[in-house]
Amino acid sequence: MDADFEVVIGLEVHVELKTESKIFCGCSTAFGAEPNTQCCPICIGMPGTLPVLNEQVVRYAVKAGLATNCSITAYGKQDRKNYFYPDIPKAYQISQYDLPLCTGGYLDIEAEDGLKRIGITRIHIEEDAGKLIHKEGGGTLIDYNRCGVPLIEIVSEPDLRSAAQVRAYLTKLRAILLYAGVSDCRMNEGSLRCDVNLSVRRRGEKAFGTRTEMKNLNSFQFITKAIEYEADRQIKLIKAGEKVVQETRRYDQASGKTYSMRKKEDAHDYRYFPDPDLAPITVSDDLKSALLAEIPELPDARKKAYVSRYGISAYDAEQLVSDRGIADYFEKSAALTAYPKLLANLIITEVFRLLPPESADIPVSPEHMAALATLSGEGRINSSVAKLLLSEMWENDRDPALIVAERGLEQVSDEGELARLVDEVLAENPRSVVDFKKGKEKALQALVGRMMAKTRGKGNPQKIQALLRARLSDGEKREN
Amino acid sequence: MGKTKNSEITALTAADLSKALKAGEVSAREAAAAYFDAIEKTDGDIGAYLTLTPKAALADADKVDAARRAGEKLPPLAGVPAGVKDNICTAGVRTTCASKMLENFVPPYDAFVIKRLREAGTVMLGKLNMDEFAMGSTTESSYFKKTRNPRDPSRVPGGSSGGAAAAVAALEAAFALGSDTGGSIRQPAAFCGVVGLKPTYGSVSRNGLVAFASSLDQIGPITRDVRDAALVLNVIAAHDKGDSTSLDREYPDFTARLGEDIKGLRIALPVEFFGEGLCQNVKASVMDAARRFERLGARISEVSMPSLAYALPAYCVISSAEASSNLARFDGVKYGYRSDDYEDIDSLYRRTRSEGFGREVKRRILLGTFALSSGYYDAYYKKALQVRTLVVRDYERVLSQHDIILSPVTPTVAYRLGEKIGDPLQMYLGDIYTVPVNIAGLPALSLPCGADPDGLPIGMQLIGRAFAEADILRAGYAFEQDAGVRFSAAQSGRRAAASPAGIE
Repeated sequence: MDADFEVVIGLEVHVELKTESKIFCGCSTAFGAEPNTQCCPICIGMPGTLPVLNEQVVRYAVKAGLATNCSITAYGKQDRKNYFYPDIPKAYQISQYDLPLCTGGYLDIEAEDGLKRIGITRIHIEEDAGKLIHKEGGGTLIDYNRCGVPLIEIVSEPDLRSAAQVRAYLTKLRAILLYAGVSDCRMNEGSLRCDVNLSVRRRGEKAFGTRTEMKNLNSFQFITKAIEYEADRQIKLIKAGEKVVQETRRYDQASGKTYSMRKKEDAHDYRYFPDPDLAPITVSDDLKSALLAEIPELPDARKKAYVSRYGISAYDAEQLVSDRGIADYFEKSAALTAYPKLLANLIITEVFRLLPPESADIPVSPEHMAALATLSGEGRINSSVAKLLLSEMWENDRDPALIVAERGLEQVSDEGELARLVDEVLAENPRSVVDFKKGKEKALQALVGRMMAKTRGKGNPQKIQALLRARLSDGEKREN
Repeated sequence: MGKTKNSEITALTAADLSKALKAGEVSAREAAAAYFDAIEKTDGDIGAYLTLTPKAALADADKVDAARRAGEKLPPLAGVPAGVKDNICTAGVRTTCASKMLENFVPPYDAFVIKRLREAGTVMLGKLNMDEFAMGSTTESSYFKKTRNPRDPSRVPGGSSGGAAAAVAALEAAFALGSDTGGSIRQPAAFCGVVGLKPTYGSVSRNGLVAFASSLDQIGPITRDVRDAALVLNVIAAHDKGDSTSLDREYPDFTARLGEDIKGLRIALPVEFFGEGLCQNVKASVMDAARRFERLGARISEVSMPSLAYALPAYCVISSAEASSNLARFDGVKYGYRSDDYEDIDSLYRRTRSEGFGREVKRRILLGTFALSSGYYDAYYKKALQVRTLVVRDYERVLSQHDIILSPVTPTVAYRLGEKIGDPLQMYLGDIYTVPVNIAGLPALSLPCGADPDGLPIGMQLIGRAFAEADILRAGYAFEQDAGVRFSAAQSGRRAAASPAGIE
């Protein structure tokens, strides 16, 4: 991106709440059912049917607001957002217009240059729409299972300045919502979706540029790519003396480009008005306190504790707390080892690599993970053995010490044994010895490699290197 | 059983038929059969019904008879045949709202009030004609047919519950359920010389009533007399968890206080309801009624309610705005009418809605869409809500010092067919006395209080405090008893003999 420009981003995040039943009827919200098996006259908007608000939706939304430092309204209402589209069977979506449940919150992210506070404008409740399935060769099918699944829309201030910050914000938001227990936040199932409002301006400018909106991005990868493409597109336009047009744009995953969908002048007039079928929502102070009490320790509090208690970096701590399940796991495991920093490292690098996205389902018990960290910490295994052990434990969860003993994987640190092997290796590889003496550092790595082969991967790499260097410089002295 | 003539059965009020059924003088099957016989004889001229359900009715009647034979204690209206306005959903029976849009719509569910009627053992005869989607005051906007006023077939029965009022007046149903958004129960009741009650907003569930304007709609009874209205209200007034606007409260037996005197009852006459535009015959008749109340011991006083002047425009905006949204679901995608001729989703919507809705419905959708549009919302919808608050306060003020407000129901007697349909503004003005009550959500009883020189019925309106239906029913009953009003059947084509009520 052009360094003269700054990108300004605000997000609208839609999150499906994990209620058992839909927002205005008793239908199940379970994901993945056969099309149109989880709907009833109410959620498909048949004549004469009426909505009745699922109170759990309000409780979850208020919890989300409390967890993101929002003010909670004492008196809210629901409004109709009117538009014609086949995915919305009443031809209006019940949402909240001017009295959202939560306003004026924030959350903190680890940005490129440290901690950054991102404002949350509002959180409101609304119903999800159905899903259109466009058939190849024409025709469209409609699945109303999703219709009426409760959503909260979380609107951020235009405080984000890069794709990385957007990623950090979404990760943090997801973590908080998972901790608060209000949503599964599964992007791959569409239970967390994101609209990106983006504009660019020359650095130092105060006024915002004209923004475009990209709707329904549902993976970190697409969000990042869409932001990069769109920012670049807008900057090029401005540099070419052209104007950015306010519009809704679609991000095409295949081409990696964004395309104009709807200009501002074609934007819907949603004709919001209070839904006369629904009573006002009141949130009492008692309810607020009760919900606040239900919220567990949130990611930031844990993160702080990890930094001070275990001495791990803020950035690493942020990774660990990004999923409540992971953080719980880490804490359980950390209590069982004297090497929590090594444990953290093991989780951030190796466990995250092995876990499927958005999962905290670690098949290794915290006890065994702690044992693995201890083995590493005590120098009894080297890092490549640790990696090997973890992938074995992933398949078959056993005590790593047992595997080490059975298979003789303990690190070879015995200096006498290693010195004997060093002699062998130097004798077998005169070429590398010569190269090293000519100043080729790479040759040393080749010799370390030979040593690791001789120890069947168990050699202590630090000791091997030290021994090799010592022996090679000995030789020099002798020749002199 | 079996000796009573059909015409004698249909001449009975619901209360009297209930007694006859209980005494075993008539069976539920005979009662239902008598009504189908009457419908067959007269409904060709009246046109009250859109759908008849004789098979289900007779089966339901047989169940009531069997239960009675088995010695079960049955609710008062068990076996009493009724008609239902065609915007109230009936499981397995088409519910058209008198619109081409829903010509073949068969709901898979019963409205809450239909469940209550079933539990009470009443027997549904069929579905009644109405203005399309309850928008109109003459039942002429029905897609299917016109209904004639049984008191004078050249005249309209009123609307939008015109079929319901006509059926009751023509002895084609012991009672009927209508719906009232701006007078749609009370005005046709007045035009046809029967009793109509719009209950307090929130006392009868709207669950299963195809919505016109959700904040104003209320289902209520149309009956031969006041006692019947109380009996039916006993069945339908109840809390329904399925309607967020239904109030969770206990309802009294609305017949309990019928017959109590009305000494000291404070009745207000708002001068705004007796001003310009009110036909002299109607005014005289309602003033006569006021004097009768006075003789019965009530204290009559004139009051002023300045906000009433703005109630009608506010109603037009609010009801149209809500209707524009409520009727948006009729888009040809899921149920109901779909145009044969479309290329894409936009033309599907456009053509379906252009072809499926009638003129009056389209007029209100356009009006409401405009009123809610960005840039106009504050000037129309928001302003209308402010007026609504003023109207509510005006009623609260008057009803804090008075028990009941007395007014005409309509400025004139029933219109001739075709007289108003071309002039919507004139037609809207006919609702000027009924609309404010919906705006305020109050209960109001419409009952016959006289006739014009041609014998056309004149109605008066008793408006009460919220949930004080018992007060207006008691007052209406006292009037009815004192005036010696006896419901007399209207005979199609015999207007002169069809005096709605034998006023002393």
